[in-house]
Amino acid sequence: MPHPPIGAIDCDIHPAVPNLKALLPYLDDHWRDMVVQRGVHELDSISYPKNAPVTARPDWKPELGKAGQDLGRLQKEALDGFQTKFAICNCLYGVQLLYTEDMAYAFARAVNDWMVSEWLDKDERLRASIVVPPQNPDYAAAEIERMSNDRRFVQVLMLVMDEMPLGRRRYWPIYRAAERCGLPIGIHAGSAYRHPVTSVGWPTYYAEDSAAQSQAFQTTLTSLITEGVFAEFPDLKVVFLESGFAWLPSHLWRLGKFWRGLRMETPWVDRHPLEIAKDHLRLTIQPSDAPPKPEDLEKLINHFDSDEMLLFSSDYPHWHYEGTNAIPNGISEALTNKMCYDNPLKTYPRLKEAVT
Amino acid sequence: MAKHIAAKVMDIPPGERLSVEVQGRKIAIFNVAGEYFGLRDACPHMGGLLSEGVVIGLVEADRPGCYSYSRGGEIVRCPWHGWEFDLRTGKSRFDPNRWKTHSYDIEVGDVQQLEVETVDVTTEGEFVIVNL
Amino acid sequence: MPANQKLVIADCDIHPSPKSVEKEIFPFLEKRWRDHYQTYGMLLRQPYQAGPAYPKGQPDAARRDAYGPNGEKPGSDLEFMRKHHLDRYNIELGVLNPLKSGQGLQNPDFAAAYCKAINDWQIAEWTSKEARLKGSVCLPYEDAILSAKEIERRAGDPNFIQAFMLIRTSEPLGNRRYWPIFNACVEANLPLAVHAFGFGGTPVTGGGWPSYYTEDMVGHSQSAQSLVTSMVMEGVFERWPELKLIIVEAGFAWAPALSWRLDRIWAQNREELLHVKRPPSEYMADHIWYTTQPFEEPDRRGHLKDIFEWIGWEKLLFATDYPHWDFDDPTRIPLPRATDEQKQSFFIDNARSLYGV
Repeated sequence: MPHPPIGAIDCDIHPAVPNLKALLPYLDDHWRDMVVQRGVHELDSISYPKNAPVTARPDWKPELGKAGQDLGRLQKEALDGFQTKFAICNCLYGVQLLYTEDMAYAFARAVNDWMVSEWLDKDERLRASIVVPPQNPDYAAAEIERMSNDRRFVQVLMLVMDEMPLGRRRYWPIYRAAERCGLPIGIHAGSAYRHPVTSVGWPTYYAEDSAAQSQAFQTTLTSLITEGVFAEFPDLKVVFLESGFAWLPSHLWRLGKFWRGLRMETPWVDRHPLEIAKDHLRLTIQPSDAPPKPEDLEKLINHFDSDEMLLFSSDYPHWHYEGTNAIPNGISEALTNKMCYDNPLKTYPRLKEAVT
Repeated sequence: MAKHIAAKVMDIPPGERLSVEVQGRKIAIFNVAGEYFGLRDACPHMGGLLSEGVVIGLVEADRPGCYSYSRGGEIVRCPWHGWEFDLRTGKSRFDPNRWKTHSYDIEVGDVQQLEVETVDVTTEGEFVIVNL
Repeated sequence: MPANQKLVIADCDIHPSPKSVEKEIFPFLEKRWRDHYQTYGMLLRQPYQAGPAYPKGQPDAARRDAYGPNGEKPGSDLEFMRKHHLDRYNIELGVLNPLKSGQGLQNPDFAAAYCKAINDWQIAEWTSKEARLKGSVCLPYEDAILSAKEIERRAGDPNFIQAFMLIRTSEPLGNRRYWPIFNACVEANLPLAVHAFGFGGTPVTGGGWPSYYTEDMVGHSQSAQSLVTSMVMEGVFERWPELKLIIVEAGFAWAPALSWRLDRIWAQNREELLHVKRPPSEYMADHIWYTTQPFEEPDRRGHLKDIFEWIGWEKLLFATDYPHWDFDDPTRIPLPRATDEQKQSFFIDNARSLYGV
């Protein structure tokens, strides 16, 4: 796999919260006290077991602690390593998984404040997504408003599986706030585990949980489109982070086919879902479910019928490739450039702003 | 255009439809509150017979959840995949420019007053005439 | 028959229905279960007695023109089905997939009794009267032992050419609780067909219940992908190398992307999956067939040609889903450009070879 060109924009990296203790300074007195005296455990989701192969590439994994927790290593390995101009930080500490919405809100605020102090203030190449508590969409909207003033926040982060499919109206306060602030919604692989991770029940193997993410992105896209999220929020963009992307064209054919006959059920869907996706949906490229043969990837890319949808990502420190060979074989030079420069800049307009 | 008798008016009361064949073409004639419309009796998708479809109103929405309903009885859904067609124009609702079925010019009249090219029907009463 | 159809074809998904449960199914049920049916009806893991909480797009989810001349329910009258469908499309092999067959009932004993009755009914009302039609052994699949018994009961009976169940099970199908089913299928030399829908009680998505019927329908594709993932990752195909799986009415264009994804994830998680000895794409290529209804409709047929080539023309089975609304007409589906051999294969030979008929 080729390397990205110099100065690419990396749309998905993962600085890690080392442990709950690191967030204590960012909690208020009440929550700090509660967390300590209750012995609240670490909020690491089962989506990325600490020592599972995907969670940390061996050369990015420190002796002690988590991959991605050390600034110096992240700078060297992700930023210098890929020679990127910007990298967007998506913190996966599992605040979305708590049932208690007030606690989740407190942790979300803490993670965002920690992101500012420990990362954004320390390297001007870094940008970040606002972590929000979907447990309470009004809290989430308030948190978006609060953090949006810091222009280094370029996106709102959610996980692809929550209590309800993400297109449902319950979540609309989040989209309203994001659209108002000019921020896309970044939907990342993972789950709040309110439900079995598949529509056919809980799997046996971790590998199945990983595999199930692409189905979750498919049903999420169906939900966003049929519920009319893009009709209600015409300026909203959504970015699918770590979805695998190869599933997209065939899914839109199916969704479009049913829409043609069932339009009257969701009459606010006023054009073919493929057209809606071209306008509103972007997808990062790592991990890549590309076919093994480059010529087949070329064919698959043709099925997208658009060169604007893919965004470069390293997905540091998750393990999907060796070295910095993060561009799948079979992507043309023209598309590589679009993925690495134009598409991210269009998707995240704040990246064009000078930051003081 | 040549005029052809398609059916007797009394064969297609309001709210009803009839499939006829005129000069080798299958035409579905619908009576919408006394007005007649003719569509090629074949859905452009896979050829389903529109004459066997259910007739409904037009469902629209400015915003999600805000349904408006109008033009009751003027939309036909193909009996197969449910594609909606405007009886007045033959255009599909989901993509009117790209997907449509032919819409025929229909009039009602007494055959003696119109120059009609068909043969041996009784000339009593009114007829539904299609212009081809 | 449409003028442009000379080819004899197989239809791998036809849905027969009884005109009346009391008249046609009761004769095959013990009194105890007839009484139970009358008192409680069919209690599934779904909210309504009458049907799912996602009302369909058409009554009975049927084509409007599939009601018989005397108002017979769609798919319930053999004579009408012959004229309206089998003769019309030159169907030489029609595979019956009865829905509402007691599969997924909360009461497993009732499920087993009802499935058995439906299987007896298929012989009495359909396959013994019409040589072109072949039945499916409906399984009370949430009880794998009782399912194996039902398969054994029908093994060797030429009225049946496959075992049949639904995709949305209460646990992923590769889970070992279902393994007796695969064992029995292989011993009876019957492929296993899994069809869209089901009543596992799990939300239609891994992120909860969606709002619309459209989502329920599109979602069968995702459910099928999770099912295939499970069958591969649990090593089912490794254990039963002769098992054949048919995905029915859940789409097929998703299969290549899934196979590439599973290969990547398998390669990375070999330690967890020692029992999965080959790449998932190989198991999928060797063991899985797909019926093609509802046919995929990209704007460009060339794109679909890629899909057909990636899956392999020999793994795709034509089906109409008669008498349901989203029916595929064999003369009108936007099939990619194909040689005569490929068409022959797609429309009939794949089915004959898979089913051995």
